[in-house]
Amino acid sequence: MEQTNLQLKKQDAQTHEWDTRLHHATKATREDWVGRGVSYFCIGIIILVVASMLWFITSKGIATFTQNHVNLWKFLSGTSWAPDQGQIGALPMIVGSFAVTFAAAIVATPFAVGTAIFMTEISPNKGRKFLQPVIELLVGIPSVVYGFIGLAVIVPFMRHLVGGSGFGIISATFVLFVMVLPTITSMTVDSLRAVPRFYKEASLALGATRWQTVSRVILRSATSGILTAIIFGMARAFGEALAVQMVIGNAAIMPKNLISPASTLTSQLTTGIGDTIDGTLPNNALWSLALILLLMSLFFNALVRIIAKRGQLKHEC
Amino acid sequence: MNAKRTDLIATIVIDLIVASVVGILFFLLAYILTAGLPHVSWSFLTGATDAFSGAGGIGVQLFNSFYLLVLTMLISVPISLGAGIYLAEYAKDNWRTSLIRSAIEVLSSLPSVVVGLFGFLLFVVKFKIGFSVISGAIALTFFNLPLLTRNIEESLSAVSRSQREAGLSLGLSKWKTEIGIILPVALPGIVTGIVLSAGRVFGEAAALIYTAGQSAPVTNFADWNPMDAASPLNPFRPAETLAVHIWKVNTEGLASNAATLSAAASAVLIIAVLLFNLGARLLGSYLYRRVTASK
Amino acid sequence: MNKGSKLAMGIAALSILLVGCGKATSSTSRKGSSEPLSGKVTAVGSTALQPLAAKAGANFTSKNSKVNLTVQGGGSGTGLSQVQAGAVSIGDSDIFAEEKAGIKADKLTDHKVAVVGMAPVVNKDTGVKNLKMAQLKKIFTGKITNWKEVGGKDQKIVIINRAQGSGTRATFENAVLKGATAVKSQEQDSNGAVQKIVSSTPGAISYLAFSYFTNKLQAVSIDNVTPTDNNVQTNKWKIWSYEHMYTKGTPDKATAAFLKYMDSKDVQNSLVKDMGYISIHDMKVTKDAKGVVTQN
Repeated sequence: MEQTNLQLKKQDAQTHEWDTRLHHATKATREDWVGRGVSYFCIGIIILVVASMLWFITSKGIATFTQNHVNLWKFLSGTSWAPDQGQIGALPMIVGSFAVTFAAAIVATPFAVGTAIFMTEISPNKGRKFLQPVIELLVGIPSVVYGFIGLAVIVPFMRHLVGGSGFGIISATFVLFVMVLPTITSMTVDSLRAVPRFYKEASLALGATRWQTVSRVILRSATSGILTAIIFGMARAFGEALAVQMVIGNAAIMPKNLISPASTLTSQLTTGIGDTIDGTLPNNALWSLALILLLMSLFFNALVRIIAKRGQLKHEC
Repeated sequence: MNAKRTDLIATIVIDLIVASVVGILFFLLAYILTAGLPHVSWSFLTGATDAFSGAGGIGVQLFNSFYLLVLTMLISVPISLGAGIYLAEYAKDNWRTSLIRSAIEVLSSLPSVVVGLFGFLLFVVKFKIGFSVISGAIALTFFNLPLLTRNIEESLSAVSRSQREAGLSLGLSKWKTEIGIILPVALPGIVTGIVLSAGRVFGEAAALIYTAGQSAPVTNFADWNPMDAASPLNPFRPAETLAVHIWKVNTEGLASNAATLSAAASAVLIIAVLLFNLGARLLGSYLYRRVTASK
Repeated sequence: MNKGSKLAMGIAALSILLVGCGKATSSTSRKGSSEPLSGKVTAVGSTALQPLAAKAGANFTSKNSKVNLTVQGGGSGTGLSQVQAGAVSIGDSDIFAEEKAGIKADKLTDHKVAVVGMAPVVNKDTGVKNLKMAQLKKIFTGKITNWKEVGGKDQKIVIINRAQGSGTRATFENAVLKGATAVKSQEQDSNGAVQKIVSSTPGAISYLAFSYFTNKLQAVSIDNVTPTDNNVQTNKWKIWSYEHMYTKGTPDKATAAFLKYMDSKDVQNSLVKDMGYISIHDMKVTKDAKGVVTQN
């Protein structure tokens, strides 16, 4: 009796143990919970930061329209910017920002793509050992240094070349060109490297030359990546403040040509923010400019998404 | 053949492009170094700055730059590591993940001046921490996070599936697999990413002008208690960094030799970034050998 | 990883703790006078006043080592709104608080610490050394666009104005434009940038504080009055402004002591003059917030 009892108890204990093992978390599962928790926490912090920044800039930026009752359309289409006198026309800055951004991207793209092709397809060895560190180093040069080299070299050069004061969109374009070059290049390199090896091998095996392989296979399959790189470069150009401010001349007037002084959203923001009082129209108007910057970076991101989606579709076909 | 000729022309054009890019880069470096290096001396590197004219040494600024960099990395590396693992491992391909990715990208494309002003109003004004190392470090973290997160995610995802499957088939948890197997393999890529972002952090000025501040009070380098006001480690003292110093000397400085001063400071800045790059690369490959036990 | 995020949280917690401590120390500074002066003084604002305040601050803390004094730039607007919000002890400003919309000037106490004279500066090639006040006004309102109209070379005038809302621009416009609107032009926000641009750009005109004059640019006399300290003291030279340090309510002990030090002979007779400002004690006239000048 006792023996069977004991046996039963043992069995019970065993089933119980199996029960716990099967129905409760193992060590590995618990580890996973912790890991999951930690990584969710981290991503949560980032979301929180982004959300608070969006909320903060938006609430500051729309005060111009809700508290000071400036007409949104007049803000976007007005050409006279004198917040102290209540004239809030942001068009000159919007045009200035777009002009320097597009010009810099157009100039920089061929250089960046060419360099990236060299680094990945023509001479990967030199690329990795020599060009990569130089490009990484260039990212580390502070924008103020770019600005002052622009002021010391590009502005006088432009003055001799085309006359005028030398300050203007074209000088800003050149400074931004050098600044966005490393960004576009390194991202293009990444996307070229991401092209599967066998694409290239298949193309070469078919007897295609290197350029044919590069232009018809590699560049084509990396198109979405390259476009993304360009857009990131544009986003950087759009948001650059100090370097542009030093060479563009900061004149809040509609740019007539590439050599006349202009101003951008960021240059107006950095020059003005220290001189305005929190909560007044001039201050709110500057935050509205910041809001435009924010909306533009949202727009650039949306563009990246669309391109990525298109790229995917093409691959699937 | 036509294709061969096109190939040749294309190669030449690309070579020319690379040559001109390298030319531009070398002109920049040569310009900064030749203008600056002759004025760099030991006393310049360690000396104190004259509060009025901005002339004199850059000792405190140099220390501030490194200290701010270390603090920023201490805060941002763990967070972006966690976030990177989330995106590479746990995130499902749905609208929520897509939203998170957009959020990170928005953060990365925000102009640094906007990030700086946000930090200014939040930490300096609202929380009344004042112009301080910690305000600066948090502001820098804000725009460092997206870069690092994206880089870590990419490095992790680049590790082949078979490694992951090997880990899971050994009965390890997803988390253990990630930390013990995937992370070491991805480490060199992650370190490179940290280096790149460190370079950006080191040279950043716009976000710091209104957060870490534009003054470098003389600190007592014999006092290493972080709680003391004069200690260099005190995270609540204002800390002008090298990049901010260059900006300030150039814009407000009364020093008659402002141009040479800022050229010298820029040269130091670039050399520091270069040394940092090299050091971290060596560290990266050393870590790789150690963790993976491969020769 | 786990460690990492704990560390991050630790830092956050530490920061909250330390901020608490910071407040505690500043409130305990108002104890008996036998103790050495201590506390935290933060002066924020005008970039024009920043160098003087920073240097005087450094001298002050070398005598009062327990005082934690920091001087920051950021612009007059920042200084005024920060002191109004109570975030800093001293707000540095180039202009009267009354001139800034959104600042309740009656809540702030004005401490004038120095005077800054400003003058038009032109590129040396223009060949202009003297202008009539009316001519200067016409240049900045865009009615005169070539230097030959005022006796200089046949060269286009390039106007470099100062940032809208800046104290320097407000002072210049009050004295020269007298209500007229300046023509839209390039704007720069710092003395250093203006100095560089005017000395290197043909036909450029702008205005600078006296201390930023160099031999690479030409300071312009107005109606044959030269821009000198003596002419400012008698108001013969009209373009000048005070440098203000604003406090809100009763300043704490350390702040009061620093303000007193700023007004002392130590600072006013040596430091202020050495740095190209004009001592407040030397002024023979007084200007009020509306710009009305009275003899002392």
